[in-house]
Amino acid sequence: MTEGRLRKLILGDAQADRVVPPSGFTAQLTLFVSGAMAFLTVFALALSMASGRLADQWAEELARAATLRINAPAEQRAAQTEAALEILRQTPGVATARALTGAEQAALLAPWFGAGVPVGDLPLPQLIEVTGDDAGYDAQGLRLRLQAEVPGAVLDDHTRWRAPLVDAAQALRRLAWVSILLIGGATAAMITLAANAALAANAQVIEVLRLVGALDSYIAQAFIRRFTLRALTGTAVGVAAGMIGVFLMPAASAEGGFLTGLGFQGLGWLAPLLIPPLGALVAFAATTRAATKRLGELS
Amino acid sequence: MIELENVGYNYGGGELLNGVSVQLAPGSFHFLTGPSGAGKTTLLKLCYGALNPTAGRVRAFNMDVHGLDRDQMAYLRRRVGVVHQDCRFLDHLPVIENIALPLLVSGRELSHEEANLQELLNWVGLSERAHALPPELSGGERQRAALARSVILSPDVIIADEPTGNVDWEMSQRLLQLLVELNRMGKTILVATHDLSLIRAAKNQVQARVLRISNRQLQLAGADL
Repeated sequence: MTEGRLRKLILGDAQADRVVPPSGFTAQLTLFVSGAMAFLTVFALALSMASGRLADQWAEELARAATLRINAPAEQRAAQTEAALEILRQTPGVATARALTGAEQAALLAPWFGAGVPVGDLPLPQLIEVTGDDAGYDAQGLRLRLQAEVPGAVLDDHTRWRAPLVDAAQALRRLAWVSILLIGGATAAMITLAANAALAANAQVIEVLRLVGALDSYIAQAFIRRFTLRALTGTAVGVAAGMIGVFLMPAASAEGGFLTGLGFQGLGWLAPLLIPPLGALVAFAATTRAATKRLGELS
Repeated sequence: MIELENVGYNYGGGELLNGVSVQLAPGSFHFLTGPSGAGKTTLLKLCYGALNPTAGRVRAFNMDVHGLDRDQMAYLRRRVGVVHQDCRFLDHLPVIENIALPLLVSGRELSHEEANLQELLNWVGLSERAHALPPELSGGERQRAALARSVILSPDVIIADEPTGNVDWEMSQRLLQLLVELNRMGKTILVATHDLSLIRAAKNQVQARVLRISNRQLQLAGADL
């Protein structure tokens, strides 16, 4: 497309626009559907970003944190705990190692046993919270050393929990992207149908234009311009509504966990702004294809 | 300008025209006549490329019409003004915009043509009706508007299909007058009509040749029509 045609397409030609009669109902349907699609895209995008963030976060936090459990008879527990803490302090890559207090352990169990149970009387294993530094530590080496020196110690580095959670978050992100692609495809299909309907409804107009010497490109442009602008307007409204919807979601909180983290953060808020131009591009391509095909079929 | 060479046209159900050869020389005035259904409109459509001949060749401005692509065909239509039997307007646009439509679609700056447009409207006597919609016009007004639209790009050839088909005698005289004036300006004119009195009236004013379709052939009618 030449620069002149592109400019004409964007700036438009009020006179040329009038040669195709306005079509109120289809125009409104196109606006509505592209708006609805854009609205859905905003949520799919928010879901994709949130689950991506979540996957990264879980992977990182869980990878760094580990728990050491000391299963030992009550009389040896303190000594073994001390020995294990000593080993952890010497292990490169471990940033902090801290034995949980009795009260902290009781708090962890409270959701299951209720607050009134005297958990202090139970033969509970001692828990040690281990936090790795950025470089991380060698879990296998640590296990071997603990086995030799602190027989009652079991290192749980959360791999068992981490892998399925991260997988789930990544699957969620993939699903969100597939949804966005499907929404884009559905928008293209809808605009193709609407453009075909408009071309068919205006067959007489197209015939008259051809009779007075209009080029196919001139006729196509009248339709392409309309549908591109409608899609642009529709998606802009849909994106605005979607962004307000996401903005009004409750902020991420510890209690809400995963669900309340759904939304955009920082520069992520700019991502939905790409939807209207992309929607317009989809409409432009779909209408160009429909018009070229349709006009080529005429005599 | 336009040359038909041994042209035949077969619409599938049977042969409509056969072995038609004719040349429209620059500045000539031709009438095309014959009974209804004889193929007058078909012959005109062959001349401006709306139909392709099933036999023979049609040449317009030294180009074989058959070999033209869609864009070249559009350029050809700008050089041949056509008054269609049913006028063919865009009913949602006022008369003045319909007349200016060829200017618009060929990318001319309408503001530069304002004076020409007004003059043309005056010439066909439609200044008063410029902002009426086509369905509001009478038969004669529609024909005059169609004539104005066909000449706005100043084509070399003007082809009119029954331009006086549904107008009264006085109006048909007026339309004929406009066509004669165009011919005097050097335009090549081809008019299909079954109205023999119109042809007689024209013969007093212009050197017109009469072509008659009869029995699928095109014949030059006698001078003593």
